[in-house]
Amino acid sequence: MDRPHQRPPRSHESPTQVIPVLSARTLHKRFGLTHALRGAELDIMAGEIVAIMGPSGSGKSTLLHCLAGVIAPDEGRILLSGSDIGTLGEAARSRLRLTRFGFVFQFGQLLPELTALDNASLPLLLAGKGRREARREAAAWLDRLGIGEQAGKRPAQLSGGQAQRVAIARALAMHPEVLFADEPTGALDSLSAETTMTLMRDQVRAAGTTLVLITHDPRTAAYADREVIIRDGRVSVDTRAVAA
Amino acid sequence: MDNSLTLLGLLGVAPSYGYDLKHSYDRYFGLKKPLAFGQVYATLARMVRDGFLVETGTEAGGGPDRRRYEITPAGRERIAAWMFTPDVPSESLQSNLFAKTVVALLTDEDAGHLLDLQRAQHMQHMRALTRAKDGADIMHVLLYDHALFHIEADLRWIDLTSARLEAMKAQLK
Repeated sequence: MDRPHQRPPRSHESPTQVIPVLSARTLHKRFGLTHALRGAELDIMAGEIVAIMGPSGSGKSTLLHCLAGVIAPDEGRILLSGSDIGTLGEAARSRLRLTRFGFVFQFGQLLPELTALDNASLPLLLAGKGRREARREAAAWLDRLGIGEQAGKRPAQLSGGQAQRVAIARALAMHPEVLFADEPTGALDSLSAETTMTLMRDQVRAAGTTLVLITHDPRTAAYADREVIIRDGRVSVDTRAVAA
Repeated sequence: MDNSLTLLGLLGVAPSYGYDLKHSYDRYFGLKKPLAFGQVYATLARMVRDGFLVETGTEAGGGPDRRRYEITPAGRERIAAWMFTPDVPSESLQSNLFAKTVVALLTDEDAGHLLDLQRAQHMQHMRALTRAKDGADIMHVLLYDHALFHIEADLRWIDLTSARLEAMKAQLK
């Protein structure tokens, strides 16, 4: 949590680093009669931006929730830097989500009664930072995302794109190893989506954070280094494999 | 894009020499394929012949004399007609991809995977265009946006076709 704001080498810059930051091994997940994941396999390297796409019901959200430790797979393994997290209990997964992962959702899910600065500071306060330090760090992230001047506004006073950037600042302020973004531009117009994606890409690059995106929007997916298409609970196409 | 009418449209801004006109064209429209000087001068001569342009003087220099061109009222009418006549939408039906999909279904191959591969290929092109937008001037950003939206339209066709594969297969049997 207190890691400095400095990016680690990315996989393609460091040939010696071969352990993916996240791996899915033969994942299966059922919800009643629905077999959502049917042996999904995936490796994500540190610093990569990966877009997960697929039709509705393909299993992409289930895959993201498994990778992020939100749910546990029925079978298979989730490896975080080589360590199996798929078998962790709920409390351990919860701690993992707080300390090593960040999340951005379609609708920023900001607390409406708090200002942008207070929203962005909140996770830092919950993690034990002092109020002044938390607000200073959060303000710096709002500046990096181009919304420093909106720090005193409440979510209702912000545009959709500005609110989403507050949510990204809130997530990145915790220096997550992996940022999961579920339809981050789904509620934005084209220009706001472009601004949001450009800033998010630039900031995760600068921080060395791995970004895993779920999106229906190909223009949003085009900011990724790589696209993974899920169909019927499996990886149908992985553009890294295609490129190789 | 109609190069002749585009050149005529540029001359609607102000009279110009062929050399300067070619560079104006390349700046706005010649990103991938600049116009050849020969094409510019041939086009200008044709438009003078057709009454859309007049030569308004020459300027002597080290090489051949430079001719200055100015749009005529008939030229302005031609430009207005061009600008305000909508184009017929392209009827590109992805014919090759359509054929491959149908053949895959007929031969019990994995048509969904075929479409996913095509989708990945389109996405690769979109990624390149998105990267090209970084730091580009606004004119080029608009051109890249145009290309991106066209690819996106293809992707929407691919998505919908993917969703209709079962129905297509049933009909083909």
